[in-house]
Amino acid sequence: MATYQEFIQQNEERDGVRFSWNVWPSSRLEATRMVVPLSCLYTPLKERPDLPPVQYEPVLCSRTTCKAVLNPLCQVDFRAKLWTCNFCFQRNPFPPAYAGISEVNQPAELMPQFSTIEYIMQRGPQTPLIFLYVVDTCLEEEDLQALKESLQMSLSLLPPDALVGLITFGRMVQVHELSCEGISKSFVFRGTKDLSAKQIEEMLGLSKASAPAQQGRPLQPPDQTCTSRFLQPVHKIDMNLTDLLGELQRDPWPVPQGKRPLRSTGIALSIAVGLLEGTFPNTGARIMLFTGGPPTQGPGMVVGDELKTPIRSWHDIEKDNARHLKKATKYYEALANRAATNGHCVDIYACALDQTGLLEMKCCANLTGGYIVMGDSFNTSLFKQTFQRVFLKDYNGHFQMAFGGVIEVKVSRELKVSGTIGPCISLNAKGQSVSENEVGIGGTTHWKVCGLNPFTTLGIYFEVVNQHNAPVPQGGRGAIQFITQYQHSSTQKRIRVTTIARSWADAQSQLQHIEASFDQEASAVLMARLGVFRAESEEGPDVLRWLDRQLIRLCQKFGQFHKDDPSSFRLSEAFSLYPQFMFHLRRSPFLQVFNNSPDESSYYRHHFMRQDLTQSLIMIQPVLYSYSFYGPPEPVLLDSSSILPDRILLMDTFFQLVIYHGETIAQWRKAGYQDMAEYENFKQLLQAPLDDAQEILQSRFPMPRYIDTEHGGSQARFLLSKVNPSQTHNNLYSWGQETGAPILTDDVSLQVFMDHLKKLAVSSAS
Amino acid sequence: MNVNQQTHMSSTHGQSQPVFPGYHQSGYSGQPLTGGTPTQYAPYNGPVLGYQQGPAVQGYSPYSSFPAKALASDLSSSTPLDLGPVRLPPTSMAPPVSLQQPYNHSSQIDAQNGPAVVSNLHHRPLDTQTYLPGGISPGVNQQYGAQPTSTHQISNQMTGMHISSTDPSSVMPVYAPSSAHVATTSVPSSFPSHSVSHASQQRSSPHSLPTFSSATGGPPSSSQIPYSSAPLSSQTLYSAPPPPQQPSFSTAPPSSQPPYSTAPPTSQAPFSKVSPSTQPPYSAAPPTVQPPYSAAPPSSQTPYSGAPSPYSGAQPPLQPYSGPQSPYSSAPSLSQPPFSGTQPPPQFPGAPPSRLAGPPVRPPGMQGPPLPQPSLSEPLSSQANHIAPGSLQSGVGLPRGPPAAGMHNQPSQMGAHGFQPQQNGAFGQVRGPQPAYGGSYSGSQNFGAQPPPPAAPPQSRLDPDAIPSPQTTELPAVQKTRHRIDPDAIPSPIQVIEDDKANRGSEPFTTSIRGQVPPLVTTRFQVKDQGNASPRYIRCTAYNIPCTSDMAKQSQIPLAAVIKPLAQLPPDEALPYIVDHGETGPIRCNRCKAYMCPFMQFIEGGRRFQCGFCSCVSEVPPHYFQHLDHTGKRVDYCDRPELSMGTYEFLATVDYCKNNKIPQPPAFIFLIDVSYNAVKNGLVSLICEELKTLLDCLPREGPDGESCIRVGFITYNKVLHFYNVKSSLAQPQMMVVSDVADMFVPLLDGFLVNVNESRAVINSLLEQIPDMFADTRETETVFGPVIQAGLEALKAADCAGKLFIFNSTLPIAEAPGKLKNREDKKLIGTDKEKTLFQPQTSFYGSLAKDCVAQGCCVDLFLFPNQYVDVATLGVVPLQTGGSVYKYTYFQVAVDGERFLNDLRRDVQKQIGFDAVMRVRTSTGIRATDFFGAFYMSNTTDVELAGLDSHKTVTVEFRHDDKLSEESGALIQCAVLYTSCSGQRRLCVHNLSLNCCTQLAELYRNCETDCLINFFAKYAYRSVLNGTTKSVRDSLINQSAQILACYRKNCASPSSAGQLILPECLKLLPVYLNCVLKSDVLQPSADVSIDDRAYLRQLVTSMDVAESHVFFYPQLLPLQKLDVESEAIPVAIRDSEERLSKGGIYLLENGLNLFLWVGANVQQELLLNIFNTPTFGQVDPNMTNLPVLDNPYSRKLRTFIECLRVQRPRYMKLLVVKQEDKLELIFKRFLMEDKSSSGGASYADFLCHMHKEIRQLLS
Repeated sequence: MATYQEFIQQNEERDGVRFSWNVWPSSRLEATRMVVPLSCLYTPLKERPDLPPVQYEPVLCSRTTCKAVLNPLCQVDFRAKLWTCNFCFQRNPFPPAYAGISEVNQPAELMPQFSTIEYIMQRGPQTPLIFLYVVDTCLEEEDLQALKESLQMSLSLLPPDALVGLITFGRMVQVHELSCEGISKSFVFRGTKDLSAKQIEEMLGLSKASAPAQQGRPLQPPDQTCTSRFLQPVHKIDMNLTDLLGELQRDPWPVPQGKRPLRSTGIALSIAVGLLEGTFPNTGARIMLFTGGPPTQGPGMVVGDELKTPIRSWHDIEKDNARHLKKATKYYEALANRAATNGHCVDIYACALDQTGLLEMKCCANLTGGYIVMGDSFNTSLFKQTFQRVFLKDYNGHFQMAFGGVIEVKVSRELKVSGTIGPCISLNAKGQSVSENEVGIGGTTHWKVCGLNPFTTLGIYFEVVNQHNAPVPQGGRGAIQFITQYQHSSTQKRIRVTTIARSWADAQSQLQHIEASFDQEASAVLMARLGVFRAESEEGPDVLRWLDRQLIRLCQKFGQFHKDDPSSFRLSEAFSLYPQFMFHLRRSPFLQVFNNSPDESSYYRHHFMRQDLTQSLIMIQPVLYSYSFYGPPEPVLLDSSSILPDRILLMDTFFQLVIYHGETIAQWRKAGYQDMAEYENFKQLLQAPLDDAQEILQSRFPMPRYIDTEHGGSQARFLLSKVNPSQTHNNLYSWGQETGAPILTDDVSLQVFMDHLKKLAVSSAS
Repeated sequence: MNVNQQTHMSSTHGQSQPVFPGYHQSGYSGQPLTGGTPTQYAPYNGPVLGYQQGPAVQGYSPYSSFPAKALASDLSSSTPLDLGPVRLPPTSMAPPVSLQQPYNHSSQIDAQNGPAVVSNLHHRPLDTQTYLPGGISPGVNQQYGAQPTSTHQISNQMTGMHISSTDPSSVMPVYAPSSAHVATTSVPSSFPSHSVSHASQQRSSPHSLPTFSSATGGPPSSSQIPYSSAPLSSQTLYSAPPPPQQPSFSTAPPSSQPPYSTAPPTSQAPFSKVSPSTQPPYSAAPPTVQPPYSAAPPSSQTPYSGAPSPYSGAQPPLQPYSGPQSPYSSAPSLSQPPFSGTQPPPQFPGAPPSRLAGPPVRPPGMQGPPLPQPSLSEPLSSQANHIAPGSLQSGVGLPRGPPAAGMHNQPSQMGAHGFQPQQNGAFGQVRGPQPAYGGSYSGSQNFGAQPPPPAAPPQSRLDPDAIPSPQTTELPAVQKTRHRIDPDAIPSPIQVIEDDKANRGSEPFTTSIRGQVPPLVTTRFQVKDQGNASPRYIRCTAYNIPCTSDMAKQSQIPLAAVIKPLAQLPPDEALPYIVDHGETGPIRCNRCKAYMCPFMQFIEGGRRFQCGFCSCVSEVPPHYFQHLDHTGKRVDYCDRPELSMGTYEFLATVDYCKNNKIPQPPAFIFLIDVSYNAVKNGLVSLICEELKTLLDCLPREGPDGESCIRVGFITYNKVLHFYNVKSSLAQPQMMVVSDVADMFVPLLDGFLVNVNESRAVINSLLEQIPDMFADTRETETVFGPVIQAGLEALKAADCAGKLFIFNSTLPIAEAPGKLKNREDKKLIGTDKEKTLFQPQTSFYGSLAKDCVAQGCCVDLFLFPNQYVDVATLGVVPLQTGGSVYKYTYFQVAVDGERFLNDLRRDVQKQIGFDAVMRVRTSTGIRATDFFGAFYMSNTTDVELAGLDSHKTVTVEFRHDDKLSEESGALIQCAVLYTSCSGQRRLCVHNLSLNCCTQLAELYRNCETDCLINFFAKYAYRSVLNGTTKSVRDSLINQSAQILACYRKNCASPSSAGQLILPECLKLLPVYLNCVLKSDVLQPSADVSIDDRAYLRQLVTSMDVAESHVFFYPQLLPLQKLDVESEAIPVAIRDSEERLSKGGIYLLENGLNLFLWVGANVQQELLLNIFNTPTFGQVDPNMTNLPVLDNPYSRKLRTFIECLRVQRPRYMKLLVVKQEDKLELIFKRFLMEDKSSSGGASYADFLCHMHKEIRQLLS
């Protein structure tokens, strides 16, 4: 099925779309029997260097309920200057600007290679990007110093006309005024009192425009002088802000013995959200929260300030012992929704050895498309580089970030939209194509993604609603159009439209077509997203059971076997890797909370829910490379058997990058052979994985944790916990000890897993 | 020496007379009596302590009851004789002498007649005044000195009162009586006369003058004759004589009489006729006094419906006086005339006796109460006099003269009985002379008789003239018409003050003796602490406390102590010793917890001590043990301040600290209003500029070393701006807190800083604040959150401290403690008036409580352009021991200096924090009520968040059991506080008082100034709960009861018409009237509600000296400023009549400073002061005198500076030109005059009081 793979790859490159099925079952019933729903991973802003945006606005279907964008799939009557919407079949005249249209003079959007096209909107005011730093001052001195430096550095990375603001918090929350000369001025808020947006506006003196004195006057844009006090163009207050950051002190309030510092993260965020809400609604803005510990007071507090009360663990949560969890979560969700509604995204940079309350706060980033970065300290390259990478620029010199995205999905009549899983919120756009069967964030065809980057990927789930008794005509194709409006980092408003079509197939007669069109990678990720989404609200074991059941059903559906004969079980190539993905998914930190703190789980899940397919797959099933004298580096099985004394292993789990030196290599290295001229090759061998790792470290966001370890090293656990425990202390002797390393675990190995799977799949009982 | 002190009074009185001689020596010397007396007294004068003993022994011995009387009696007895002769000589010789004599006589009379004393007093003042006018200032002083004693006891003769009751005119007399018997009678006339006297000069003065001249020409007897002649011809004659009169007047006190003559005219034509006749008598001496009164009565009568009678009564007294003393007799005659003038005239002619009857109302009363015999005799005489005048104006006049003489004789005889007493009374009246007083009072009867002398009124003028004659001449004639009682005849505060200065200012006041009455607050004296606290720390209303509550109730004298725990001492007095008892802390009584003090009695060889307060016996801790000597005193008695001193401090141990933690050094936080108004009028820049230097002067322990006090800064309008001025910062940081609904402190580190460490940052901040807000448009402010902010800051820093809030507007911005403008002048005078003094929200009350808990003292500087609701804003300062300063319509140019000086003083003054004051007393009395700026969470502990050297707490005591005379009453006031360096200390003041079983003892050991302090505070607090009218009434009532009780139980029996005042309390009426007329209790139309609230709060923490000058402002004639000497001119009484057109006066009441410039001031003076030759060019807007290089200017400016330094608040100088608009304001401070708001004049009020007393007695 090389063709399908090529097709898939081609489609992904062109449109940023990966469907679970590339031929669609034509009836609702059949579709449900496919187990893996019809769904896709869509990367709205996939980088397309070859796709210059067009400088005009899209032509919309005139039917008010449709408003689909003119696309290559539309039938065009060049003579009548009419086009027919391929979603609602409305006939629309071309706008006057298209008067010269003809077969040979077609606008780009009609050309098949422009199934994805980007328009630049000319109307509307252009507002500069806004970056609001929300900085925790309850940090250790070195941490704060490092953070201050990073922030100062970041000023140089911002576009000169971008607006920046600074809020610091500790026991109190300070909103710094950036406009004044000489004396530095800030508005201070108590860290324990929640304030409404209106109150915040009033207290910050931003509500003057609406003062009664102005009655009768036409509405004026918000007073520039007011807002500008807190948000100033970088080029104006570069020096001031640098100084200000330089003078930032640690939170001056004494922290008694046995207490945590009082940290008003909740209020700080609330004020940040309120500030932007009042001054720049519906404008691209980033609230960047830098925190070094859990919120300990006020609304949104995660843990009390008594050190003797540890922060909640999964165990506490299961036992319902986490006092502040629900309240705080609710609080942050409300905040996140407000921010998202206004198109502002929230980043969380949490650097601490202990948990910082990401579990509660994660929604802020998840709902607004912001980032979560977790590290041990701000004084690490992990943070510093990751933070720097936020401001990466694309080939055009623009930031790789976009704001205020609204993604709209249009579907053919045979389809409905079930929902989306990704960093977005629903805009509650009801319509004909909204499925009653909600998956993820459903009930709408419009979602808002406040912060986007070229890798942001949504999982979108569909429902085939075509009834069995109303077959689709032969050769009929279903179409889906993604319309993404967003604010480009150049402050332009842009619309990217992707229109794709797939063939319908009757699952009864043409199952092999459908089977062949299965994209097991995309399916694995899409199913994983479903599972992780469920895991947010359900008990872990339930999710695992559900996943297992789906897997078994899929095997039953598409496997070839004799009933009750596990050994006869075969899966076609299109499905061959899928069970393995599922096996690793079950062991992944996305579903397993064992050994992970709630924060870590939240962090992992956050990234899993937004990364594109490749990255997601790495997360599900880490990549393992082996370096040896025996040949070039090669990918090897993620299996304990790959752990050999004379190899160097490089494992990439997305979050960690582990270089593992086998026992022998480690001894050699310890003996210093690499420093001897005659062992130059050894030196090179040692260097090779480092170079490769460096490459990954350079490009990935967030920067993975880099671990250099060796056989017997404590950090080797990162590797050992990931590999398939084909050799354990239980079966050590049966497999022979010359190969691989035994893993001390009771987890089932892939082999056992597969055996069970086969058994269950062929079982007539299920 | 101490005129005020009763015990001394007697002696003093006795002395006083002598004093007179001494003073007048020239004149007196002539008199044998004077010479004799002085010698006797002289010893007394010497040692203050000695007063009691010395005088008592000598003088008392004779008179069983009161030494004073005894002395007086002796004196009187002798004096009368002496006087007789003296008078004669003087008359013949020189007017002054005659005057003195009359005085003497009067004094004697007074002594005899309890009341007479008063008359004497009055006379004296008059005399003095007259003398002054006469041009002999020294003489005047002397006279005053002497007079006070006599004046102390104001005995108005009731007879006069009665009469007055019948006749309105009589009312006038009431006052007169006290002042001068004559006055009563002459009242109507006399008043005019007064006016005349001052202004009269035109009319009466001439007349009077002639009379005087005549008087001068010949002593009493002779004078009468002249008078008689004068009366007859008085008008005509006067007119002619006038010119000569003046001179004569000046020389002779009689001049006062002349006024009477003028008065008569006013009185009536018939009177005039009569008056002439009366005048002659007046001329004698008393007349002068009487006249004024008489003059007053008429006018007053109408106002005082009731008063009339008293006046009449007063008049009678005058007569009696006149009767008693020859001079008086003349006076009485004068007084009588007024009566006659009022009505009597016809009666008189009809039948003198009948008049008596007629006046009867007056006379009867008068006669009845007073000594019947004297009165009778006197009345007769007086009547005769009067009659004479009345019947035959001209002819009668002559006869009258003789009668008068006769009268004199009779009176003198009387005097033997009553007069002597009077004198005694005059001297010691207050105390013991009572019986004698009766005698004097009898004199009052005479007064009743006096009425006939209506002629007196015309002469009455003379009195005033006599004193102010020079001035009076200048005064507008208009004034003359209103005359009533002779103001010079009623007790003069100035006289009392000057006497006290003279008697007690020279010797140090040692506190070794129990129950010693200290010198007046106006007297400069040195205190030596020998076991009792200095009066600078504690003053009491009574130094001899009734043993039982019944007695206390009967007397109605409140037992109160005015305590100023951290009072500043003059440089020549030693600061309290600081005692450190180590870790165990101060030794205390086991039961009542009183601290070790000189009152603890060591027993059992020193192993135990018995508490002087509760008598409980406690063990002496081993480390404190010491052997006793043979007298039972510890051997180390002298080495331990707590055993030998009245005041000392203990170092407190950690047990005495809040939360058992050694306190942090305190902090000062400056909170500056930066709203539009404050910025615009330059206030913000001014404050910032000043703070730069002021911060170097924070209070510190000891002269060297750095202040431990940390400072912080906040500015605010609708929001608050905190400043981080940490020394490590390059620039200050501003932190805005907008969440005023829920105030908090945004920063800790860097907010409160050491000035020296952060100086650069602070200076930078102070530089920038004005600029930052230069363009502000914010007009709304908050206030509650401002205090909260300061409080929270102190809480966060865990220290006590003080907030300096500079606020300019009413806080109307939305925030806790938001206020609305509730200024509603319509409420004034209604039942709801009290709400204006109450805070409009309870918010500040609870805030204050929090502040106190933290030791957060709040000082508020207000700069309002409109209503700011001081009543509410002042709640927190008031309850935290803070102060409120108010600068209405603040302008930098005009008020800047005042504000800055106040601020400087406020910042620099020594202050303690987090103070708790506890007053312990002997079993038997208990501190029950407290007044001042503090908070009390229970009934015993006075909590002051801040306690500075100006703060005063008035404590009222009540009996809960009996006291014993042997053990006396002990008071221990212990104040636990944190010093400005953060040291926890206990300041202990001990005071022992005597106890008495005789009311007379009580009345002899009172202190009027202190009493007034208490009354004012009590009244000012009462306005929160009642109408001002009820408050005034209750004050009057209580005072009347006090005086009535004295009259009933202590004074010698006398006519009901006599007003008899205890020596120590003789100024009570005048001061009380000042309190009643104060803006709080009786506001004039242009006094804002804020001002009233402000004053109300201000008075609450005043000490005695402040309250004294506040209620009775000091009025200093600058034209008498002696460039050469250090001496300051003697103050004059607060009355417009005392102002001379040609003079320049300085008036100060501790808050205001006026420079009143008469329209006819000498050019030289103007040049010297203002550098301008004409009156018209004097700039009324100047607030400081131009700096001129001439001795006068230098002296004057130095003098003004001295005054300012004396007072806790800087006084802005206001130049008031005569007839200028500002003069209206100025006149409000002339407390003896009738006020525009309806407050009574002194004389009128005295009448009223007399009436009240009479009602109580009947």
